[in-house]
Amino acid sequence: MPTVSLEVKAISAATTPAPGMKEAPRVAKLIDVSSCIGCKACEVACQEWNDLPPSVDRPFTGSYQTMPDLSWNFWQLIKFNEILRGDGRLEWTMTKYQCMHCADPGCLRACPAPGAIVQYANGIVDFVQENCIGCGYCITGCPFDVPRLNPQTGRVSKCTLCSDRVAAGLEPACIKACPTNCLSFGTKEKLLLIAHQRVEQLKERGFPNAGVYDPPGVGGTHVIYVLPHADRPEDYGLPKDPKVSWTLKLWKGPLKWLGHLIVFGGILGAFVHYLRFGPHRAREEDTGK
Amino acid sequence: MTNGWTDIANADVIVAMGGNPAENHPVGFRFVMEAKRKRNAKLVCVDPRFNRTAAVADHFVQIRTGTDIAFLNGLIHYALQNGRYNEEYIKYYTNAPFIVKEGYEFDEKEGVFSGWDESKKTYGDKSTWDYERDDQGYVKVDLTLQHPRCVFQLMKKFFARYTPEVVAQICGCSKEDFLKAADIITSTYVPAKAATFLYALGWTHHSHSVQLIHAAAMLQLLLGNVGVAGGGVNALRGHANIQGGTDCGMAYHNTAGYIPIPKAANQSLKEYLEAHTPKPLRPNSMNFWQNLDRFFVSQLKAFYGDHATKDNDFGYHLHPKLPEDPQTGKPENWSWAFIFDAMHQGKMEGFISFGMNPVNNGPHSRKVIAALAKLKWLVVVETFQTETAAFWKPDILKLVGLKPEDVQTEVFLLPAANFAEKDGTFTNSGRWIQWKWKAIDPPGEAKPDQEIIARLFLKVRELYQKEGGKFPDPVLALNWWYTNPANPSLEEVLKEINGWALTDVPDEKDPTKVVLKAGDQLSAFLQLRADGSTLSGNWLYIGVYTNAGNLAKRRSTEDPTGLGFFHNWSFNWPANRRIMYNRCSADAQGRPWDPNRPVIAWRNGKWVGDVPDYKADAPPEAVTTGLGPFIMLPEGVARLFVPGQFADGPFPEFYEPLESPVKNVLHPSHSSNPVAVVFQTTQYDKLGTPDEGYDIACTTYRLTEHFHYWTKNNPYNVQLQNEFFVEIPEELAQKKGIRNGDMVRVISARGEVRGRAMVTKRIRPMVVNGRTVYQIGMPIHWGFLGRGKQEGGLANILTPTVLDPNSFAPEYKGFLVKLEKA
Ligand code: SF4
Ligand code: SF4
Repeated sequence: MPTVSLEVKAISAATTPAPGMKEAPRVAKLIDVSSCIGCKACEVACQEWNDLPPSVDRPFTGSYQTMPDLSWNFWQLIKFNEILRGDGRLEWTMTKYQCMHCADPGCLRACPAPGAIVQYANGIVDFVQENCIGCGYCITGCPFDVPRLNPQTGRVSKCTLCSDRVAAGLEPACIKACPTNCLSFGTKEKLLLIAHQRVEQLKERGFPNAGVYDPPGVGGTHVIYVLPHADRPEDYGLPKDPKVSWTLKLWKGPLKWLGHLIVFGGILGAFVHYLRFGPHRAREEDTGK
Repeated sequence: MTNGWTDIANADVIVAMGGNPAENHPVGFRFVMEAKRKRNAKLVCVDPRFNRTAAVADHFVQIRTGTDIAFLNGLIHYALQNGRYNEEYIKYYTNAPFIVKEGYEFDEKEGVFSGWDESKKTYGDKSTWDYERDDQGYVKVDLTLQHPRCVFQLMKKFFARYTPEVVAQICGCSKEDFLKAADIITSTYVPAKAATFLYALGWTHHSHSVQLIHAAAMLQLLLGNVGVAGGGVNALRGHANIQGGTDCGMAYHNTAGYIPIPKAANQSLKEYLEAHTPKPLRPNSMNFWQNLDRFFVSQLKAFYGDHATKDNDFGYHLHPKLPEDPQTGKPENWSWAFIFDAMHQGKMEGFISFGMNPVNNGPHSRKVIAALAKLKWLVVVETFQTETAAFWKPDILKLVGLKPEDVQTEVFLLPAANFAEKDGTFTNSGRWIQWKWKAIDPPGEAKPDQEIIARLFLKVRELYQKEGGKFPDPVLALNWWYTNPANPSLEEVLKEINGWALTDVPDEKDPTKVVLKAGDQLSAFLQLRADGSTLSGNWLYIGVYTNAGNLAKRRSTEDPTGLGFFHNWSFNWPANRRIMYNRCSADAQGRPWDPNRPVIAWRNGKWVGDVPDYKADAPPEAVTTGLGPFIMLPEGVARLFVPGQFADGPFPEFYEPLESPVKNVLHPSHSSNPVAVVFQTTQYDKLGTPDEGYDIACTTYRLTEHFHYWTKNNPYNVQLQNEFFVEIPEELAQKKGIRNGDMVRVISARGEVRGRAMVTKRIRPMVVNGRTVYQIGMPIHWGFLGRGKQEGGLANILTPTVLDPNSFAPEYKGFLVKLEKA
């Protein structure tokens, strides 16, 4: 895999244009839901690569699902769902859920802290912890309900698409761990091609509504899905038609002059953060017993 | 596996039954997904639960636990009735045309085979389970398959009872679901298609487990699916090196290389060889076990070195022999459950538990705990503190009503290195012997297994040297030649397993030529000699360590045929052959059944492709005159009808589990396997009945998130599944007022466990023989020690000590319980 440079495309609360304007290949992750066996290798690979502590005492979820939801130390989750179809056929879906790396990221639009969220030219949307003020605007701004606040550090985190690995020419950790080739990584163009091939195969195998999930409401995503029932993304825990909210569009669009205020807001925010959480502390060590 | 992991990608139909490969073999499962993606293969999953494999299957059929034989027999009947079998294949490659002895019979009403003695409840006389012979001792055959007593005709009659209606009635599935599965699976009877069967403990953990696999093998043979690419009957092994363990003499009844263990009745090597060397049943049959003398003598040379000489029967008298049971006159049984029964009876003083956790492994943990409490000493070699090493702790002992002060057993826990902390080999399910390299040093005082064994041995030998004792000879004579006796290098051990020439070995046909010089590593089976000039720890592994070096280290990904053979990746026993019985992949003329997937083919006077499982220079037609493709069997062909070998019949009959919610509809008088092993020695050997309220069928299984009882020590695994749970059908939960997440009690006739209810749509109630039957299930991975909630949720507290009469595997999958909200 070629090394993909982390050329910056957009920065949260920026007053000047992003420095990097070179064209870079757009990367993507493909999740073929029809091939997922819910083995959770990806969940653990993500935690281990990103040094996230396991939640040994997590609550019982009532199913095979690891956690009830994403959390600051759990950036991706296989959602398990039992669905009885009209013809009496049972389906047990296992769907990987994480940051979608939107082309038009609501989180970044919403973020008032300069440089806390960056979008690289390759499509990866990354959070820069040092610059995060813990205001949680990104959480509200995200149409996929992804970012999570760590109450101990007061900072928000989410899947980085392993930007560090990608910059070194490696695939993200989850992709490396996946045993069934349910997950693949590459340029978005190439993966769309593979995705459409798989959709055709699924159609032949009795899934007439199979399709690719790459929602246009957020400008497309850098995490795309092959869904056997693409007409019902809700069955997989995915929103049917996600959109960046119009207020956010205004925020970064016609109301750009507000940017000056944001700089101030950022400073204010940092102050608020200090008041709430005190000085930056190192992450609590392994919470597992 | 008859085939290998990579070969699954060649299948057109994949049947996951008696196993849950997506769950328990997720990495190997990639080849299933590849077959689906690249060949548009169909995946059929038959299981008591809609499991992870079912989630990606094209067709799923839910059956009642323990009824797989009825389902398979239904498939056999379907294939026979609809002409969906490969006639040429069964004619030449199986015993379908063999004529069975007069007097052989199956009593359909009683469910027993000829020779049954109802008063003694045994098969007193199995002599009719045999072939008819001619005056030279060869079997009579009828290649027209018309003789009323030929195996093929007997099969038609035997399986006729297993109609789709009967299958549905027994298994609790719908007739339509069965027929759809039957259509997909038997569609592979045409030469250019193949189906593979993937199974695991879901088949082996029953009181009729061997017959279950027998039924699957029969079906695959009828369909012509054995020996071909994308076919086979494939046991997916549950541990990284359990295949290696099995190959190297782990079971009590054979030594390495499946050589029968000597019995007390055979007091000389000659007697032993006479008792165990088979005679050919067909003229020209290769009957490869005729070489037992070469295998065994070379093994004795490995064991006893210079102390094994021609004059002392190569040390045969030094080799342990199975004593005779004075009551039955048969050799004693020292398989797993018998060990703990003997221990419970106080017949054992000590026990070394090496990489085993019997308290959790079961069957029936309480019996195991009570047995351990009767030992004088117990040595546990493990990577973690286990329930076995800690059985004396109050919360565990409580299960058998004892207190720590009641127990005199002295327990030693020796810390062992884990798999990543030592080098050596893993033999995978597909028989690939693969070298692995140590990644990190073991922590603290943990030692690799070979060092622990070696140091124990050296100490014992020293004591025998000093103090003498009853029979010091075997210990003193043991061949301990390693460079570092206290920690033998596994390279050296592998070299010895393969073996070498002790002196120059002359060619048997032309004694003026030398095939091996003294010191040469062996590279072919028939280089072995029975005169003491060769040494080999395990004849089956010959080729893994030749003069070319340690071939288990090979890692070439070259695959010139594209069929996934990878001949230069590691070493595949036997003889680096990737698909066993591969002579069957070509027709009688040597033309591959499927020209697009040729495993071997006869070209220009030799077999090309995979390493042929056949006489290398025998022309294809030899197969029609007795040189059969199953070279290990004296028949030379596969056994559809199994003469004499099994305890419970030459054909696989359906029997209910010993504890079953219903009676066998075919023959209620012999509802379960009439010769299953049932212990009645202790208070823990109870069986429950539906009349006593035990009316829910229960099964146990493993989860992808855990590895046995190890990973409960690893926080990442624990997070993924952190609590013992019981999977309960929605309808049953509703009936019992149980909500998802409630604590429940599960009670069998032998014990009780508490766990969290996981209410699910994935197990549905079923109508069996007109009655609604519920099944529940539980994973095995919890206990008393480790991280997360270890509150005694140990599935094997419930399971019975009931065994298959051939393999002596316990019936972990199919017993009766009550269920209550806690
Ligand atoms: S999914 Fe949410 S967090 Fe991820 S890029 Fe899109 S808006 Fe931002
Ligand atoms: S590793 Fe792959 S197959 Fe396993 S849960 Fe993740 S996406 Fe699914």
